[in-house]
Amino acid sequence: MATGTTLSAAISLGAPLGRLAILSAILIVLPLSFPNPFFFDVAVKVGLSAIVCVGLNLLSGYAGQISLGHAGFFALGAYGTALLSIKLGVHGLIAAPVIATVVGLLAHVIARPILKLKGHYLAMATLGLGIIISIVLNREIWLTGGPDGLSVPAMRLGEFKLRAIEFWYWIVAAFLIVAVWLAENLVNSPAGRSLRALHSSEIAAATAGVDVPRAKALVFAFSAVLASIAGAFFVFAERFITPADAGFLRSVEFLTMIVFGGLGSTYGALVGAAILTALPQLVAAFAEYKHVAIGIVLIATMIFMPRGIVPTLADLFGRRVGR
Amino acid sequence: MTSSIVRLRLEPMIAPQPSHRLLEIRNLSRAFGGVKAVNDVSFVVTAGRIHALIGPNGAGKTTLFNLVAGVVRPSAGQVLLDERDVTDLPTAERAQAGLQRTFQNLQTFSELTALESVMVGAHLRSEPSFLKALFNTPAIRQANAEARDRAEMLLQRVGLDTFRDSRSDAMPYGALKRLDIARALAAEPKLLLMDEPAAGLNPAETATMRDLIADIALQGVTVLLVEHDMKLVMSIAETIVVLDQGQKLAEGTPDEIRRSPEVIRAYLGGGIRRRRS
Amino acid sequence: MLADFAQFTASGLTRGAIYALVGMGFAIIYNASNIINFAQGEFVMLGGMLTAFLFTTTGLLPIWLAVPVAIAAATIAGVAFYRLAIEPAQRAGLATLIIITIGGSVLLRGIVEVTLGKREFVFPAFSGESNVQVLGASIASQSLWVLGTLAIVAALLWWFFEKTLFGKAMRATAQSPLAAQLVGIETRHVLLVSFALAAALGALGGVLTTPITLTRYDIGIMLGLKGFAATMLGGLGNPFGALAGGLVLGLVEAFTGGYVSSGYQDAIAFLLILTVLMVRPGGLFGRVAMDRV
Repeated sequence: MATGTTLSAAISLGAPLGRLAILSAILIVLPLSFPNPFFFDVAVKVGLSAIVCVGLNLLSGYAGQISLGHAGFFALGAYGTALLSIKLGVHGLIAAPVIATVVGLLAHVIARPILKLKGHYLAMATLGLGIIISIVLNREIWLTGGPDGLSVPAMRLGEFKLRAIEFWYWIVAAFLIVAVWLAENLVNSPAGRSLRALHSSEIAAATAGVDVPRAKALVFAFSAVLASIAGAFFVFAERFITPADAGFLRSVEFLTMIVFGGLGSTYGALVGAAILTALPQLVAAFAEYKHVAIGIVLIATMIFMPRGIVPTLADLFGRRVGR
Repeated sequence: MTSSIVRLRLEPMIAPQPSHRLLEIRNLSRAFGGVKAVNDVSFVVTAGRIHALIGPNGAGKTTLFNLVAGVVRPSAGQVLLDERDVTDLPTAERAQAGLQRTFQNLQTFSELTALESVMVGAHLRSEPSFLKALFNTPAIRQANAEARDRAEMLLQRVGLDTFRDSRSDAMPYGALKRLDIARALAAEPKLLLMDEPAAGLNPAETATMRDLIADIALQGVTVLLVEHDMKLVMSIAETIVVLDQGQKLAEGTPDEIRRSPEVIRAYLGGGIRRRRS
Repeated sequence: MLADFAQFTASGLTRGAIYALVGMGFAIIYNASNIINFAQGEFVMLGGMLTAFLFTTTGLLPIWLAVPVAIAAATIAGVAFYRLAIEPAQRAGLATLIIITIGGSVLLRGIVEVTLGKREFVFPAFSGESNVQVLGASIASQSLWVLGTLAIVAALLWWFFEKTLFGKAMRATAQSPLAAQLVGIETRHVLLVSFALAAALGALGGVLTTPITLTRYDIGIMLGLKGFAATMLGGLGNPFGALAGGLVLGLVEAFTGGYVSSGYQDAIAFLLILTVLMVRPGGLFGRVAMDRV
């Protein structure tokens, strides 16, 4: 009993470095099992989804604010970075953080009015926001290439063309570890506890002195920044982007990943992103029935496992690893 | 019962001078669709005492409470906290000014453990920076450690140390009420508003609650209670304000209130349900 | 000039009619359950796709039989969705229900995608491709079918909600489940009927407009969102507000498309949603709920 209490206290309050080390080890060992570059490509896609999901989970899982528009921020990051380097010749390494900053500021500005909304209204408003972004990307053909998408030349570093997907695997893996570290730090900080508090009662959180609108705006902006950076990496690694990556269904996919993995569990978001991104890539049958599967996963998870796979399994094994 | 509450020294935020006007309500009114729920009410809460606000159902207690807490804005009048006008301050800034409240309809942080819930209260004085939090800077680590120590102390003080790592769905009602108080105390308030702390409690729990309230006041936190339980109010409140139909009917010590013909008429004449305990 | 104006008005009203039908479905379900059914637009798609499949693709049924069968099938889908997905999670939180209705939306379109395919479907207008001349504008006869049916449906709904006991109980259920129970009506039945009714209205909209707009497996989400915008404009709890809101939205879109830019007429509905939500977080005529603490 006594050790159980200390253990769970260490997990709920202490530095989450142990789990971070395990994640790092997995990411380092995993490529040994990859028979060809296709698997690196799938792993990069998983990693990028995971980065978006880690941010989205802070917003929706921990702070309880649903967003159906995060694919929009992903696309803004991707298109913004691509266009800045194609049209203005800005190096990708500079373009990506510049665009991420702009997206973060933009998100922060729109967050205050949008996050006043609750429940259905918030879901609808973020959905509308995402769809407006995708309409603009589809219509402004002179700039974005329209529905046909946008090709991006490989990034150059001196004389090297950074084409190899293996290279981008390591970059994405490193950034994923950073994103998880940042997210776990936040969750276990005063600001993070305030976010988790306002999830269930904004009035009680305000009573405790939490500046609720500020807290929501900051986490919204941070999740948008992570999505934007993931979008930039997507452009570097895949060198091609279409407005479908900004669409409603992409936003729903991100939401499905964190719901399936377990809302309010950073590692759950990783598991959700990994399973739901890799399956359609690796199993052809799954790709064909992707939308049917997404629908069933969403409904079934909500009915039978409303807390998601990682927290449910963690409880099953008597430990709160998912938190 | 009392023995489970460990007395701990708290630094009072202000020295309790009997004459210090901690909370001043000036001509406060609030109407809802033409009905004056609170009508031109004035009174003063002096520092370092237990005060109570009573009245029959529908007298306007809850509205007045919400006006002071900042949940509802007044139609007219002022609320002064520590001689500062806080009438238009949002709830979070009232907390900064030293005001805390507990809830009648419990507002629990169901995502947090008991310890973390109390830490949220303590974070009023913690480093709030989002950016520093992301990088877990020394300031954040220190804030975490301080808040945790403080929360552990307070959990012990309200007798909840066994629920340290429990979530609200695993805690009984009476424990959640005390958790709410610990969360409020963690913010080191000057004034603690308590909305029906004894509602829903059995006699033994009510007795523990009374000792806890007395203890809180003893440590230098001024308490303003809204409570139906007359026995509780009469036994611990030093001054009582009686509301009836939105107006202040009487104000005085428990003895004065007990003898006041207006109060007796309001409570008994109106045929309004009187709770016994 | 007048001819342009009349043309835009006619196309706006036709467009608006379908938003109105979808929006009324939103309002009916919201009234009964406080749920926003994100899958609402999928029933429009189902109505059109099934009719096209039964009549054009396979020739199984004549059009006058294909239409009611398609609407009935969509209605059954609506009822099944309620029984299988909504009812088991009824006591769950708002976020859970939002996610479930989104899941339902993606599932329905996924099923149609794998069974009927991704191409566009169409069937001929009910009374041929004839046009009617009004004020210099030529209006497709199908538009008259759309508007006429909308008027009849609105009248029937009015009768149902105002004159029948069950209808009156349905209006009251969201605010007070007790009131419905008092007159002997089970909340469960009210919810079931509201999902059935909403699905039928959506499917009817799909059937009516497919000859004009064509249909495809993925049109549901857009129509659902625009129907929601219509509901927001007219007030969430009121089906007739949604009807007015739908027509207004259709007109705004048509005039924006006609006089400003056709590229962005789709964005109008979303700008409208965002603006209304931000200016009036409870909706244009919505009740502002206050938590009691």
